[in-house]
Amino acid sequence: MQKINWLSRYGAALLVGLLGGNVLQAQERSSLNMPVGVTDVSQKVFDLHMLILWICVVIAVVVFTAMIYCMVKFRKSQGAVPSGPSHSTLAEIIWTVIPVLILVSMAVPAARTLVEIEDTRDTEMTVKITGYQWKWHYEYLDEDVGFFSSLAADSNAARQLGSSIDPATVENYLLDVDNPLVVPTNTRIRYLITSNDVLHAWWMPDFAVKKDAIPGFINEGWFEVNEPGVYRGQCAELCGKDHGFMPIVVEALPPADYRAWLASQKGAI
Amino acid sequence: MSDATTHDTHEHHDHGPDRGLMRWITTTNHKDIGTLYLIFAFVMLFVGGAMSLVIRAELFQPGLQFVNPDFYNQMVTMHALIMVFGMIMPAFVGFANWMIPMMIGAPDMALPRLNNWSFWILPFAGVLLLSTLFMDGGGPASGWTLYPPLVLQTGDALPFAIFAVHLLGVSSIMGSINIIVTILNMRAPGMTLLKMPMFVWTWLITAYLLIAVMPVLAGGVTMLLTDAFFGTSFFQAAGGGDPVLFQHIFWFFGHPEVYIIILPAFGIISQIIPTFSRKKLFGYESMVFATGSIAFLSFIVWAHHMFTVGMPLAGQLFFMMSTMLIAVPTGVKVFNWTSTMWKGSLSFETPMLFALGFLFLFTIGGFSGLMLAIAPADFQYHDSYFVVAHFHYVLVPGALYGAIAGAYYWLPKWTGYMYDETLGKWHFWLSTIFVNLTFFPQHFVGLAGMPRRIPDYAVQFTDFNAMSSIGSFGFGFSQLLMVYIVIKCVRGGKKATDQVWDGADGLEWTVPSPAPYHTFDDAPVVK
Repeated sequence: MQKINWLSRYGAALLVGLLGGNVLQAQERSSLNMPVGVTDVSQKVFDLHMLILWICVVIAVVVFTAMIYCMVKFRKSQGAVPSGPSHSTLAEIIWTVIPVLILVSMAVPAARTLVEIEDTRDTEMTVKITGYQWKWHYEYLDEDVGFFSSLAADSNAARQLGSSIDPATVENYLLDVDNPLVVPTNTRIRYLITSNDVLHAWWMPDFAVKKDAIPGFINEGWFEVNEPGVYRGQCAELCGKDHGFMPIVVEALPPADYRAWLASQKGAI
Repeated sequence: MSDATTHDTHEHHDHGPDRGLMRWITTTNHKDIGTLYLIFAFVMLFVGGAMSLVIRAELFQPGLQFVNPDFYNQMVTMHALIMVFGMIMPAFVGFANWMIPMMIGAPDMALPRLNNWSFWILPFAGVLLLSTLFMDGGGPASGWTLYPPLVLQTGDALPFAIFAVHLLGVSSIMGSINIIVTILNMRAPGMTLLKMPMFVWTWLITAYLLIAVMPVLAGGVTMLLTDAFFGTSFFQAAGGGDPVLFQHIFWFFGHPEVYIIILPAFGIISQIIPTFSRKKLFGYESMVFATGSIAFLSFIVWAHHMFTVGMPLAGQLFFMMSTMLIAVPTGVKVFNWTSTMWKGSLSFETPMLFALGFLFLFTIGGFSGLMLAIAPADFQYHDSYFVVAHFHYVLVPGALYGAIAGAYYWLPKWTGYMYDETLGKWHFWLSTIFVNLTFFPQHFVGLAGMPRRIPDYAVQFTDFNAMSSIGSFGFGFSQLLMVYIVIKCVRGGKKATDQVWDGADGLEWTVPSPAPYHTFDDAPVVK
């Protein structure tokens, strides 16, 4: 039956899709995969992600091959007669124990990375992030500098219903703000995060940071950016009608430039 | 209900169904009620599906073309609530009603009037929920998770939506009580627990899960109600409350809920694969044990939905590892299904095609689920389209394919006619191509950084979203084919034999096709 060949080919195409997502993981930003990012933690999270993905791909190849083999080999139309066993204690022990071992091999590096992420000691400066419907507020503790960060005006104009502005013509459409969060590179930065109204979540894919902003709670975490640059993310927790329109932009400057920027901000106030 | 006996041609039956509308309103017959559940679920599939097409139409291109962001959020919320509570759960209760008495050799459900009531709550709850879309301020727009404080910003709709959830919960609990009582008390002589068909086992366990967690949800949403109207502060930080508490309550319900949805599908697949492999289910007892293990684990993994709320390290480690453990019994199930096919004699009628589609595509959803369990990686996946892709893989080609496979499998027994096999295969291939076109690209945009529940997106996500939208329209319209196939089958066609499928095993295949209005007035004896 050609339908079966079709199905097996389709199963294979799915696998190729999975693998394709991997091959393109190079250094530049992929539209298929998680960014490697610019912090040690994001690098580790990326490696962990790829490790689990490959383990899943290998298991998938084995399991799907077995399924496809059965479907091709044991067809009634080819005269197959039912003869297989309906029970095998040995097989069942094997396919319980092996997955447990595989899971342990995943859990160990995962736990190690998690411990590192959650270690918020020895930070050098602190930024307080507050979520609002629908913008972010950044405050540099002990520096007397703070400001709101909202969707850039050109994106805001283009995103209105029936605006007739083509989003493709807007630079960094929906991913640009008026006042980015400016931080120094190579500095262990602690962030405190809370919310003024409803839940939000501060997601910066390049730092592998996602933390909920919750009214009444102050969550904390840290990141250390290795490369200067402009990094973009979005609110990740549904927070009402403009949830999709409160992006996050972080500009990482070399420490000297950062200090100059900070001084100019103090002057502005 | 009139006492006038309408003598039909079957002289064995002294009372058949009433005629007309009152038959359906007053019925206490498990087959009638099963049919009602299935029709209700089928209608809701298209209501919820239409909402998803509004979502996908808006997401076809960047920029806002059709709806404003608030209405978009209402569609996201209602699509989920309708599909979960109005479509997939009633569909499986419909299967339970039709098939459990016939599979265990019982004349009917144990509590027939309760059965009538638990169905007839549903249409009212469904209409109540849908009516919120027309209220001042629109329907609930906070996602189906109803997280405070956002949900407390809902307009007039809030109490009505919550009351609808209460009603749906009441209906589920009553249905579950009925199923448990039926299975535990009405099995034919000789039908020991470990001789029950897998579908009956999965429903027995599902029913216990439902009874355990629906009241938790009811409690949680009631606390929302009192926060909104009676000045309490369970979840409002300003009054000393805790917004995260709601998330714990919700997911203590919500995680078992996902197994409530998938376990009956596991049961249906465990009936179909042996039939079309012409072999007994491989590892029956380990299948039962795996189902029980999944049900137990489902109670201790809930906070993996909340890795980003700022849980302590120990909490994250616990919930990560307990969640990973679920891969073991789930793997056992997949291996057992595959081994059932090993050295079998396979044929590929429509129910088997959907079951195999389930086997492949649910497994893909399982892999992404395992990835999501890894807490540090989840910081990247959480609330992105990767999650959307994951749960749609387990819900659509998972749970929904289970229901569709079951419908084709038992349709000849229900109607007495064979459905159109050629059209059934068309339905399968169209559905399977489009379901993958819809949901596979969502893995990519999610990993690349697209958050879920947004009405508009950055331009680099355009291509995959366009593919996804085309796929969703294709999938949606393909389901109309099933409406045609079902109606055609009800109206006539090739006569079905009692056995229907040559490899089928079980009591339901010993009764005539179509199954008479009353089956097993005298209990069969199971050897």
